[in-house]
Amino acid sequence: MGEHLLEVKKLKTHFQTERGKVTAVDGISLHVDRGEVLAIVGESGCGKSVTAQSILRLFEENGVTTYDGEINFEGKNLLEQPLSEMRKIRGNDISMIFQDPLSSLNPVFTIGDQIMEPIMLHQKLSKKEAYKRAIEMLKLIGIPAPEQRVHEYPHQISGGMRQRVMIAIALACQPKLLIADEPTTALDVTIQSQILELIDSLRQKLDMGIMLITHDLGVVAQHCTRVAVMYLGEVVEEGDVDSLFENPLHPYTQGLINSIPQLTGDRNQKLSIIKGMVPSLNDIPKGCRFAPRCPYASAKCIEEKPALETLENNKRIMCWHYKEIEGAVSNAT
Amino acid sequence: MKSYILKRILSLIPVLLIVSIVVFMIIHLTPGDPASVMLGPEASQEDVEQLKNHLGLNDPVYQQYFHWVEGVFQGDLGDSFFMDKPVTAAIIEHLGPTISLAILSQITAILIALPLGIFAARKRGTVTDQTFMGISLLGISIPHFLFGLFLIIILAINLRWLPVAGYRPLSAGLWEHIKYLIMPAIALGTGQAALIARMTRSSMVETLNLNFIKTARAKGLHERKVIYKHTLRNAFIPILTVIGQTFGTLVAGAAVTETVFNIPGIGQLIINSVERRDYMVIQGTVLMVTVTYVLINLIVDLLYGVIDPRVRLKKES
Amino acid sequence: MELVVEKKRQLSDFRRDINRERRRLFVRRFFSNKLTVTGSVILLLTLLITIFGPMISAYNPYEMVVTSRLKAPSGEHLFGTDNLGRDLFARVVYGARASMGVGLSVAIITSILGMVVGLYSSYYKILDHILMRICDGLMAFPAILLAIALMAALGTKIENVIIALSAVFTPYVARVVRSAALVVREQTYIEAMKAQGASSLRIIWAHIAPNTLSPLIVYATFIFADAIIIEAGLSFLGVGVPAPDPSWGNILYDGKLVIFTAWWMTFFPGIAIILSVLGLNLFGDGLRDLLDPHTNRSKK
Repeated sequence: MGEHLLEVKKLKTHFQTERGKVTAVDGISLHVDRGEVLAIVGESGCGKSVTAQSILRLFEENGVTTYDGEINFEGKNLLEQPLSEMRKIRGNDISMIFQDPLSSLNPVFTIGDQIMEPIMLHQKLSKKEAYKRAIEMLKLIGIPAPEQRVHEYPHQISGGMRQRVMIAIALACQPKLLIADEPTTALDVTIQSQILELIDSLRQKLDMGIMLITHDLGVVAQHCTRVAVMYLGEVVEEGDVDSLFENPLHPYTQGLINSIPQLTGDRNQKLSIIKGMVPSLNDIPKGCRFAPRCPYASAKCIEEKPALETLENNKRIMCWHYKEIEGAVSNAT
Repeated sequence: MKSYILKRILSLIPVLLIVSIVVFMIIHLTPGDPASVMLGPEASQEDVEQLKNHLGLNDPVYQQYFHWVEGVFQGDLGDSFFMDKPVTAAIIEHLGPTISLAILSQITAILIALPLGIFAARKRGTVTDQTFMGISLLGISIPHFLFGLFLIIILAINLRWLPVAGYRPLSAGLWEHIKYLIMPAIALGTGQAALIARMTRSSMVETLNLNFIKTARAKGLHERKVIYKHTLRNAFIPILTVIGQTFGTLVAGAAVTETVFNIPGIGQLIINSVERRDYMVIQGTVLMVTVTYVLINLIVDLLYGVIDPRVRLKKES
Repeated sequence: MELVVEKKRQLSDFRRDINRERRRLFVRRFFSNKLTVTGSVILLLTLLITIFGPMISAYNPYEMVVTSRLKAPSGEHLFGTDNLGRDLFARVVYGARASMGVGLSVAIITSILGMVVGLYSSYYKILDHILMRICDGLMAFPAILLAIALMAALGTKIENVIIALSAVFTPYVARVVRSAALVVREQTYIEAMKAQGASSLRIIWAHIAPNTLSPLIVYATFIFADAIIIEAGLSFLGVGVPAPDPSWGNILYDGKLVIFTAWWMTFFPGIAIILSVLGLNLFGDGLRDLLDPHTNRSKK
């Protein structure tokens, strides 16, 4: 196994809140290689976004967040880098796209200004050269009449355009890793696929690694190489897209997949949902964290926490009963 | 932007109408007959009648109002009964010290408030933040004239660093001019600083929680740039509003502070006129100060467009 | 039948328990903030002094003793004496009645007037246009300036101070009440009640009014504080509470005349003003954080 572009080892992110310390990400391990797309899926509140932002240490400015573990990027542990070093990596080697493009763009600066900012900062280009790069970026991401658009403000363009601009900002310095945090959730369905196609094509062009955070499994099936399923701050299952969809081992993964509406097949079959809600980080179950919502939970599940096991084909799973469940599911279908 | 400006200016019409009616009513709210109040108890009936005629007090009220408004539009605020000169002339004489004081206080306020507010916002939730906000509440709770009196006792009487009171015009030299205004400016500016600092803090904290701040940090920008470029510019509209409001308050608050420091400004003109029942001067100055206050707030509103393109470009997109 | 009664009783017990729990939580949260606690203690002390102070004062605040003029604070005269030989402690303590009394009266009067104006203008469109334009006009004046102008017209009397300050502050309260009322008014159940033929009087006072109380109470606290400050300013200028009745502001007026020799005449009434206003502001901030976190303190 060669060196990964990004390797997260036993990462923990703690927040200091009024009600005490809360661990939003609890010992997860992941990796992303060049040119591949790792999807992180799970319901809201599972720690997907926190994981993404922890990689760039974006929580640090408020002074109440602490991290444990390792985040190795090109051989350097980011958690040990001084902040000045982190700033050189942010927006340059690792970039990020956020969920809501309107609120993620600064309303008082033009699109051009915002694209030029990281270019001037990291590549030390003059304003004029940065301007030229910004126009090129706008062309690259398929915005018509870039010379005009560059002088416009975020509120003057459409939602899809805004997300394209966010992508232009993120890719302005040709990063090696792109973290996309639900980049299409706030957009129309038709625009969604355009944006994802765009990200995909730019990945090939720039040979980037991508970490795509989403709760949309349809997107995962189409655009990703590998998937990590997160539940309540932990990775509960990880594997290649094909094997994960064909043979989901964890009851939570199964639940997620079964809750996708199918266009083909039996219309009358009920859409299954996972019962209950993600519990609050303040009262984490003591055994398997999914046990209270799991249809297969046994006394053992409630009492004892399962470990993350590694199986063949780089598959990993955190469940006491995955072998029995596998049988149960294949019998049923 | 043009329609925004136009709308904003049109909205002033009812405001100024009410303001003019209230100011006009001052003389008519007086219990009894204003003319005899002005002349004092010893005045003869004849003198009172004569003054009534002179002031037009025998005309129907609405006629008096229109007459007065007509004068105002021609820049005629009437004549001072005691100083025997036009009210406008009296106002112009007293304008200089008040403007100097207001500007100096505003500078003091902003110089104290912005850095403190920003600092507190960056340290939000910490003990430093709470201490600053506690102090600022103390600043709001001290009336500026009282703070002025305390400053006189400490800085002028005990330490003898500054003159106790008085005023020197700019023509007496810049330092001489400022020396007499330092204490009044601090007295007047500190309370405003507390208000501006609190607004700066809350607006900055609110903006720091917005998503585009994350974007700015994710770009690799230095925290200084995140704060001063990305946050401050967005947080500035409410801050500017408070600055505008406090500037208006300064002009009025100067009335009391000028009395403390014996500064011959508009405030003293009003207070002296109240003592002398010189109604024309009271009406004229109150109207002038209020209209200035309204206009300052108008200018602030128009500045929103400069700061925020969403205001400026509303109609175009 | 008994079952229904039983159920009803259970339900009311349950409601009572919930309300008690809520109150308990409210009180606990209120007192968990140190600044709020400090404010409440200061406020309580000032109120106690205002009510009972005159009983503990050994001197008559009006009694002039020519031989003991401008005595510095001592065991005999705790705060010293003023330029007419009156005991300053007695004057400051009695002055609290004027200053706090004006503040409280203004807070109560503006709350009532502001509530009526705010509620009715939130309910009737035409009335809204008229009343809000008047409010805008009155709010266009800097507060202290309007107060001075009104005092000039009405004449210096403590009742007139209350009238003038109520006129100054009512528009601000009306605005606060109106915007809180508008939020409720937009809600569907109000429309539904109208459709059912409930009277406007009932809708306004039984359904909309209670929802405006939280911001109103918070705002009234700040008005109490601001009224104390402006009353002090007016009396200091000689257009507020007239002599010989003591108020903190007119003691300062006398104090200014002898500021070179008698610092105590400025210091003690000054501290009284600062403490009472600070107490109210801290208390109000704490209340606001609990009741009405979105109201910003607008300034006059």
